[in-house]
Amino acid sequence: MATPNTPLWEVFIRSRNGLAHKHVGSLHASDATMALQAARDIYTRRGEGLSIWVVPSTAITASDPAEKGMMFEPAESKIYRHPTFYEVPEEVGHM
Amino acid sequence: MYTQALNTAETDDRGLEDAAKAAQFQARIDAEERIEPNDWMPAAYRKTLTRQISQHAHSEIVGMLPEGNWITRAPTLRRKAALLAKVQDECGHGLYLYAAAETLGTSREELVDAMLAGKAKYSSIFNYPTLTWADIGTIGWLVDGAAIMNQIPLCRCSYGPYARAMIRVCKEESFHQRQGYEIMLTLCRGSDEQKAMAQDALNRWWWPVLMMFGPPDATSQHSDTSTKWKIKRFSNDELRQKFIDATVPQAQYLGLTIPDPGMTQDAEGHWRYSEIDWTEFKQVLAGNGPCNRDRMAARRKAHDDGAWVREAAASYAAKRTQRQTAQAAE
Repeated sequence: MATPNTPLWEVFIRSRNGLAHKHVGSLHASDATMALQAARDIYTRRGEGLSIWVVPSTAITASDPAEKGMMFEPAESKIYRHPTFYEVPEEVGHM
Repeated sequence: MYTQALNTAETDDRGLEDAAKAAQFQARIDAEERIEPNDWMPAAYRKTLTRQISQHAHSEIVGMLPEGNWITRAPTLRRKAALLAKVQDECGHGLYLYAAAETLGTSREELVDAMLAGKAKYSSIFNYPTLTWADIGTIGWLVDGAAIMNQIPLCRCSYGPYARAMIRVCKEESFHQRQGYEIMLTLCRGSDEQKAMAQDALNRWWWPVLMMFGPPDATSQHSDTSTKWKIKRFSNDELRQKFIDATVPQAQYLGLTIPDPGMTQDAEGHWRYSEIDWTEFKQVLAGNGPCNRDRMAARRKAHDDGAWVREAAASYAAKRTQRQTAQAAE
């Protein structure tokens, strides 16, 4: 009999006080408690974090990188969304 | 600022809570630790932040109305694209903020309902009308300028999700102020009529903008706790002064006159301003500003008009879940 698959989890770590959790990688574990412990052992052996989130990989819906052109096109052409698009004379100072 | 109505006395129920926990909480704040959603926090801290962040969110959303008024009448395609992008940003800022407020345990639906029912406030500034194109320039320059002055210290607020939302907002806000100033500069370099239009807008917006920072420190009842909890890092008057000192030279460069004949510069370089008419501020907050009823009516209409979209999306999702469950059972 083939070995049954163990669910995959995505791991997010808050590295420093005040920062958001950031994706660091994934791991296999049977349940959430074991995933959290495994994440500690795999990803924070050198004090990399203050807090860990684990999320079932199946819960993630992702955009297709192959379609990134179409996906992000609406933002590409809009240079007027950037502050440097607007002329403010140097004498006025930082704005 | 966007949360002016915060200035009401908060009932202090910390006495009911574990004193040791409260002391530990304050020690964390004092050590500049960020408080995160799952951490223990005093009920009053949660309540204060839920109100402040949701009012800030409501302000971003209502703030789209005065500017949206000019999208179809912007003088050039360049200006129109910029204004549209700015209004989109305000909507995005509202959504970041609702998400931050929700981490405290109140759903976005509840927060929005409270606003629509008139139980939650938004910034007084959005109850003033945008009568001419120069108002759009003035809003970007002054209203967004004042908002930036208030939001930069909020990037270091003790509550993590709010601070992180503010960092994102501040990064995006810079374009707003610059596009506003550019509009003003163009008008001021234009015909006499255009310059007069710019001056007229400044005359109408100056005092309401100063009111955005909230009541004077002497009468602000809520500041002490917010300061102790490091939600607020500067007092209303401190921020107002910083804003005025930064703005006066910008107005001088435009060749515009600040509508405060009593204004003088003191020995340290600070601009001393005349008494603000706080009766007007109270009236606007109480619902009696020039556009309060319009703004509320527009928000309620938008919410009602969108009901079928929310219903359709929810019923489609429910149908798909049902189908998947049925397939899984086969």
